[in-house]
Amino acid sequence: MITIVDYKAGNLTSVRRALDHLGIPNQISSDPRIVRNAKRIIFPGVGHAATAMRVLQESGLDSALKEAFYRGTPILGICIGCQIILSHSEEGDTPGLDLIPGVCTHFQDRGASLKIPHMGWNAVAITQSHPILRNILPGDEFYFVHSYYPQPTDLTTIYATSDYGEPFPVAIGSKNLFAVQFHAEKSGAIGLQLIKNFAGWNI
Amino acid sequence: MLSKRIISCLDVREGKLAKSIKFLETRDIGDPVVQAHKYYLQGLDELVFYDITASSDNRSIMLNVVSRVAEQVFIPFSVGGGLRTVDDCSRVLLAGAEKVNINSAAVKNPSLITEVSQAFGSQAVVLSMDVRRVPPTLEIPSGYEIVINGGRTPMELDAIAWATRGEELGAGELVVNSIDADGTKAGYEIRLTRMIAEAVHIPVIASGGGGKPEHLYEVLTEGRADAVLVASMLHYGEYTVGAIKKYLAGKGIKVRMTIGEDLRNSVE
Repeated sequence: MITIVDYKAGNLTSVRRALDHLGIPNQISSDPRIVRNAKRIIFPGVGHAATAMRVLQESGLDSALKEAFYRGTPILGICIGCQIILSHSEEGDTPGLDLIPGVCTHFQDRGASLKIPHMGWNAVAITQSHPILRNILPGDEFYFVHSYYPQPTDLTTIYATSDYGEPFPVAIGSKNLFAVQFHAEKSGAIGLQLIKNFAGWNI
Repeated sequence: MLSKRIISCLDVREGKLAKSIKFLETRDIGDPVVQAHKYYLQGLDELVFYDITASSDNRSIMLNVVSRVAEQVFIPFSVGGGLRTVDDCSRVLLAGAEKVNINSAAVKNPSLITEVSQAFGSQAVVLSMDVRRVPPTLEIPSGYEIVINGGRTPMELDAIAWATRGEELGAGELVVNSIDADGTKAGYEIRLTRMIAEAVHIPVIASGGGGKPEHLYEVLTEGRADAVLVASMLHYGEYTVGAIKKYLAGKGIKVRMTIGEDLRNSVE
């Protein structure tokens, strides 16, 4: 059973539909007790980092997620869920959950021809192998919509990058936590592959 | 770098595909979900559904279509047609669409763009504009005028000015549909597309006039479009998404190549 964390930050239903399509049992929950004791967690989200962080704090989901992380629960972060696991986000200048040291940084000064947000399909280059990236091949593309990107302090936590003017991290991980900046749930068969890999990930 | 997106649109009337689409397989008749799924498997990058239902009483049927598409089609899609309020937009987004497509309603009430973008983010707001070529005037210096109601009503509004205004108001993307080119299959309106692409900082989707893959190549290069809308080329079965992408890739355009439906580790 995968628990999808509901903190009023968009697109939970597309994640649920992807899991349903793959035949993977799942539930959506905003209850910190359920999240704390979940077997496996997907932490999705679209929207604004500071708003998302405030909702997490007010609901007690912030400490529930931290506890789940420290007790070894497999967690997959998606989009905002890949950004606020860092120590800090420039979007709304907010502290994050600090599960992976680093900051979430705005795309800027990358040349006038680059449009922000970075929106559309982009290829992902795997820089370190990881069970969740199994069967993802060079040149495979994922769907992105974002203006900020994760920049971990420890470069060994970066597993994949994409290129937008210059390379930037798109998949980061530490221990039982893995997170992707792109929307795996909207990235066709390749994205479903990644979600399936997460469902079968044994740490 | 980002791939150039190939997008297709499906017209839906009371939950059924409008008749402009010719079907290759008889079992496909009428169901937009089946057609959308077919294009998804061919490697289409994004879909647009236009609800052309005449009566507003029957609009809830569209929500059912949106929800069924979202269960089977794992690429982004937008929904347009008859969206006049934030509540209208909220309903299609909650049903599973990533984006809403606003056209005439935004021209009549520009603040709608801002309201929807504040509620759901600018990435969720696609501003669609129908444009007709006219002799340049003081009001319309570019010679491209915004028209609404399917091209019937000229608005004395310059298309370039409306595009930049739309961006300022919070649109995340623009669909530039040339009424002159639409249906001709003689190629997209390159000059118009380029003028708009150079005037804004958000993605521009070219629409109207595509008849062969060369036309897509022209508008993605000379026209500086970020994405291109194809309709009859696909709907009449003349081309597949794969064939179009193969042509573009051969000409050096970066497009997304796909693996179809099967997961790579599903054979065990």
